[in-house]
Amino acid sequence: MTINFPRPARIRQITQESRLVRTFVLDTAMPGAEPGQFVMLWLPGVDEKPMSVAVPAPLTLTVTRIGPFSTALHQAREGTQVGVRGPYGHGFTLEPDRPALLVAGGCGVPPIYFLACRAVERGVSVTVALGAQRAGDMVYDDRFRDLGVELLLATDDGSLGHQGYVTDLAAQRARQFPQPPTIYACGPEPMLAALLRLCQQQGWAGQFSVERYIKCGFGICGQCALDGLLVCQDGPVLTVEQLARAQDFGRFSRSATGRRMPIR
Amino acid sequence: MSELDLSVNLCGVRLPNPTVLASGILGLTHKVMVRVAKSGAGAVTTKSISRAPRDGYHSPVVLQWNGGLINAVGLSNPGVEVMIEEIRAAKEKLAPLGVPIIASIFADTIYDFGAIARYVSDARPDLIEVNISCPNIDDEYSRMFAGDPYVSAQVTHRVKRSTDLPVLVKLSPNVTDIVKIALAVEEAGADGITAVNSLGPGLILDVESCRPVLAHGTGGISGPALRPIAVRCVRDICRAVKIPVLAVGGVTTGRDVVEMLLVGATAVGIGSAVALRGSEVFATVCRELETYMTNHGYENLDAFRGRATAIAF
Repeated sequence: MTINFPRPARIRQITQESRLVRTFVLDTAMPGAEPGQFVMLWLPGVDEKPMSVAVPAPLTLTVTRIGPFSTALHQAREGTQVGVRGPYGHGFTLEPDRPALLVAGGCGVPPIYFLACRAVERGVSVTVALGAQRAGDMVYDDRFRDLGVELLLATDDGSLGHQGYVTDLAAQRARQFPQPPTIYACGPEPMLAALLRLCQQQGWAGQFSVERYIKCGFGICGQCALDGLLVCQDGPVLTVEQLARAQDFGRFSRSATGRRMPIR
Repeated sequence: MSELDLSVNLCGVRLPNPTVLASGILGLTHKVMVRVAKSGAGAVTTKSISRAPRDGYHSPVVLQWNGGLINAVGLSNPGVEVMIEEIRAAKEKLAPLGVPIIASIFADTIYDFGAIARYVSDARPDLIEVNISCPNIDDEYSRMFAGDPYVSAQVTHRVKRSTDLPVLVKLSPNVTDIVKIALAVEEAGADGITAVNSLGPGLILDVESCRPVLAHGTGGISGPALRPIAVRCVRDICRAVKIPVLAVGGVTTGRDVVEMLLVGATAVGIGSAVALRGSEVFATVCRELETYMTNHGYENLDAFRGRATAIAF
């Protein structure tokens, strides 16, 4: 079978990260996966959705409960059978010669964690900025602390770390770097759009993981089109240069029908 | 190799080369269709367009197995109002490249096929392809139209009365006698025939959960497993009708294009091969086709089109 076919796997361990977030460790691995790549996670009889890899071996996925699929997944137990295919897409490319600032908001944390692990393995020092609404929504902060990276936290209500947007916190820190940094980011599109403007103003490099409705995952259905880019194949990690040319970025996503829908 | 002429005339429309992006693959948005044209396709076909938007089925909608693909997308599309804007935008960019656009349409009644053909014609695609042969919607629409020569002819007639654009009717391999249906749509005024849609439906299980791997259950089979069947269908149709045939079904290499041309095809659709060889497949296949032509001393496609039909077998 090819990578474009779900491989059966079982959920081995489930951890509650926060009110809406659970981590699922599977009894399989994606040894070739790069940070920023995703897998298609299938719940037989329910649906199949793209999920960024948090840890490739054993395959670990951290999922926020937002819709029918993630709700069904959150009801799964240890031992539940799922299917996985991948890894898919174009991931992050670590640029070892520039300071690395990793920014994650909301459910964008898992691929940023994978990238931070990769950076630490390679001896590249990184700064990580995480944003959440409240202290109780912050996930993975302990894992980043265990990695020994510089960690900055922001919450909307100030219940943990800096009060305000993680983008402002990140911008503040980035200006202190001796050289222009590369911003690696994953999170809600308004956050990424703010970071894109920042990178454009400051002349910083950037690689952002972008979310779209993905159906096939291997570049044939066209459902995930972002202007002329296929998010499943050219992305999900796209550069500041690519995103600056994409008129829909930060403005329009696509529904299941393929119709452009404004991003709130 | 620049003296080789790969161009074809499909129902009065010039294609710079015989490779056509088949319907259902990447044909949702104008920017992606333009990208496919720039990567070498001789024409592009939209995803099938319905009057109302359709979400399609839950995922998985398409998977790969060792014979090709299996899919049940459920004809997802944003509806004709959105798609005519995509066609207009695509046409503006494609016309300077000399690459035509084919609008694929489908409907659930004979009457609606006419309505949607009229609607789509406003955007002036170069051709209309009438999808009467999707194998995945039997449960919604009872039987597919392409299973019956009389119904196929009625749809063709209705579409022809509703547009001044050339009309291709897309037939199904899942019939007892495809020639009878081809003759019926030719008689009803079709300008050309697209042959064939996907095969089946087929069924692949996940043997751990004992469930079908596609959310819809069954799905159409395409890719290499379909190709020999498509070649036979195209040969049979080309022997029987006078109108041009756009051959689709598992074509993956230049050799496969040659095979379709040898049995009489005018142009050749490529779909599943995008999964195997990427969107560069169109340019790659054309280079392989040129190598064949050079080796045989052919300067254009007419030099060998239909050559196999002259041989009795």
